Amino acid sequence: MESIELLINRKKVKVEVDSNTPLLWVLRDHLSLVGTKYGCGIAQCGACTVWIDGEPMRSCVLPVSAVGKSAVTTIEGLNEKAEHPVQVAWDELDVPQCGYCQAGQIMTAAALLKKNPKPSHDDIVAGMSENICRCGTYHRIHNAVKRASEIASASNSSKKK
Amino acid sequence: MKTTRRSFIQKTALLSGVFSLGFDWFDSKANSGIIEQMNPVLDANRFNAFLSIENTGKVILYSPNPEIGQGIKTAFPIVVAEELDVDWKQVEVRQANLDTQLFERQLTGGSGALKHSWERLRKAGATARQMLLQAAAQQWGVDASSCKTSKGFVIGPNKGQKLAYGALVDAASKLAVPTEVTYKSRADYQLIGSFVKGVDNYKVLTGKPQYGLDTQKSGMVVAQIVRPPAFGSTLVSFDAAEVKKMPGIIDVVSFKNKVAVVGKSTWEVMQARKKLVCSYSDTSNLESDSTHQKWFDEGMKTDKAKVERKDGDFHAAIAKAAKVIEATYECPFLSHTPMEPMNFFADVKPGSVLLAGPTQVPQSAQKAVATLLGVPENTVQVELTKMGGGFGRRLNNDYALEAAELSSIIKMPVKVMWTREDDMTGGIYRPAVRYHFKAGLNEKGEMIAYYLRGVGLNAGNSTRQDNFPVGAIDHVLIESFNYNSAITTGPWRAPITNFLASAEQSFLDEVAVAAGKDPIQMRLDWLQKVKTNPVGKITYEPDRFIEVIKQVAEKAKWGKKGANVHQGFSVYFSHLSYVAQVAEAKIVDGEAKVTHVTAVTDCGEVINRSGAENQVIGGIIDGYGHAMFSKLSFDKGVPQQKNFDTYKLIRGNEIPTVEAHFVNNGIAPTGLGEPALPPTGGAVANALFAANKKRLYRQPFAGPDNANL
Ligand code: FES
Ligand code: FES
Repeated sequence: MESIELLINRKKVKVEVDSNTPLLWVLRDHLSLVGTKYGCGIAQCGACTVWIDGEPMRSCVLPVSAVGKSAVTTIEGLNEKAEHPVQVAWDELDVPQCGYCQAGQIMTAAALLKKNPKPSHDDIVAGMSENICRCGTYHRIHNAVKRASEIASASNSSKKK
Repeated sequence: MKTTRRSFIQKTALLSGVFSLGFDWFDSKANSGIIEQMNPVLDANRFNAFLSIENTGKVILYSPNPEIGQGIKTAFPIVVAEELDVDWKQVEVRQANLDTQLFERQLTGGSGALKHSWERLRKAGATARQMLLQAAAQQWGVDASSCKTSKGFVIGPNKGQKLAYGALVDAASKLAVPTEVTYKSRADYQLIGSFVKGVDNYKVLTGKPQYGLDTQKSGMVVAQIVRPPAFGSTLVSFDAAEVKKMPGIIDVVSFKNKVAVVGKSTWEVMQARKKLVCSYSDTSNLESDSTHQKWFDEGMKTDKAKVERKDGDFHAAIAKAAKVIEATYECPFLSHTPMEPMNFFADVKPGSVLLAGPTQVPQSAQKAVATLLGVPENTVQVELTKMGGGFGRRLNNDYALEAAELSSIIKMPVKVMWTREDDMTGGIYRPAVRYHFKAGLNEKGEMIAYYLRGVGLNAGNSTRQDNFPVGAIDHVLIESFNYNSAITTGPWRAPITNFLASAEQSFLDEVAVAAGKDPIQMRLDWLQKVKTNPVGKITYEPDRFIEVIKQVAEKAKWGKKGANVHQGFSVYFSHLSYVAQVAEAKIVDGEAKVTHVTAVTDCGEVINRSGAENQVIGGIIDGYGHAMFSKLSFDKGVPQQKNFDTYKLIRGNEIPTVEAHFVNNGIAPTGLGEPALPPTGGAVANALFAANKKRLYRQPFAGPDNANL
């Protein structure tokens, strides 16, 4: 057991855990942040995707000790009011079926758009293909990423005015 | 017992300022006075929805059916809100827990929910609307027929007469419940058939706890269970000394060939269970893939197969046929792999049991747990959680029973979680099946004789003997043979038809080629025959079949897409819905690849355009992905694929584009969670054949078994 300090969703937290514990289980079991999902535990499905300093990572295989001072962002920290362009687009296109994979999809999509604000269709398909959706919502996911990029660019240009 | 409609409707003003209607119809037939007594079958199908309107105008609808991603929690309220004539923004939907007094048929399975509840839901909304309208008319002293409703208001004939439903709640709740209600006409629908977003979207998008695996209760411990790795083996002994020394471990207990590791946190339990030493009974004679092949071979030859249907004289007809076509098709076992693995919470205390978790059949969980523990059913409470998919897996309550049994042993509230490996190797699979088809054609190329034998492993009757093209063919013989395997199986999205349709629709394509006919025209000719002169009993409506076929031919531009687009056709009737598909393949880098699927579905009235598209497109991707890629194989009883690294699910870069069209003919709605899946495998195989002239007989199509075909 170790006492570990983390920066999660802009808040400092302290947990007493074995330092090998994957971040996923620290979030879910110790911090009651259950929006990040377990799907496979071996970095295959993407359900557990969170950001480490803005980079999407598989929290199921990331030991909490490796997080260090990096800022962790989970689905709960993306935008509580669901106003992030990706969340808005996801709702507008009604992407979720069972919804279980969607936290991981959204965190992946939002990170993709930060790097590449105007992705082509091929960029979107390639960027999202590491995340499994058993319900088969892939088409709407692809369309929603495109829509989110439009929403984001519209709000950016209105901000500039 | 003589029943009248009035006795089915209870009206209660529970709290002042709240108008609640409990609707309790056991069958729509009850309204025509046909049902004289409640027989057990009808009783089991009874439904009781609950609707309340607060004086703020807020409408609360309790959704009784478990939500697995099929969209029922959105679709049901749409129907009520439409007939009630309220603004969708006024409606709040809540998930009801299991309540056998209040609700019936609280289950999700067989694509049956809407079909079952359509009339009742409409009546619920229309009755409340009529009472609100009546209350306003009385207040204004006008005739109710001169009033109308609009988006949560009653509007009277005179200027300024407009009252919100919320203001009428008290008065309406004191009125007698009307015996006759009128429904909106289809032309006036505002919500039904529109694009309505999922009611849980906000929670999903912000990561709110709602799934079974998110359950946290005070004093709760977590557990994982080590089950025998091979189907057919038993636990002989185990040594948990090292496990117990691991940090965070509370207890290790064994029951029914299983060893449960109980601890404080998921990760600690996952680590500790690795130290468990188990010895199991001898596995050398357990089932492997080669065993299954041997059984299939034997099953195809046995004279003990069960005759499921016989029209005319198949053997005599085939002997006289001018041409005979035969083919054999086979599919492997499949895991359901919902994204949320199995899990359940149980707290067994003296006198009360609390269960919470993802189940498609909460009532049978309640019953089974009561029986297991020897306690009265009414002491077992079940909280329903949203489900991260089900696909049929959660029709089996093995994991809920395990949790209850474990809690009763350790006397603690416990959440049992299955890892992905536990989930994939823990059973209740889609059964492996082999089919053999034979068709006899006369000189004119007409199919006069049709034979099918299905050999399944724990599949029961692996045929659907009354389905089309049966009814169009004079001489038919359909047989099934089942092997009892140690590998546990159960319903998997569109049970049996998920592969039967694929095999059958591929075979009929071969028949069309052999007969020199267009595959679509061949079906249409058969359906004409069924209309005028059906052979034996049929369970489908030929006109609805014809319509989806004609529409898909038109939408997909059948035969008109040019030499580089290779099309494959398929059509199937299941869960009372009709789905026709045309898949398109292209040669990309020398390989045939499916690029597009067009589907036309007749599921009657489309309730939610968004949800309906999701189900059809999702069903097609599911059908395509599993047909192409997925397989669970066995060696001495042990599943060989344990996680997504070796068990392949379709990914976003492997999907064809999909177009989903609906006939939307206004007929009472039928199932949609499953029917789009069965035709997909056939359409895909036929398109690939059109592209590269290779027939696909074995799923997964992209697997090594098809490399040399
Ligand atoms: S749970 Fe981490 S990738 Fe699947
Ligand atoms: S929405 Fe169900 S797994 Fe993606």
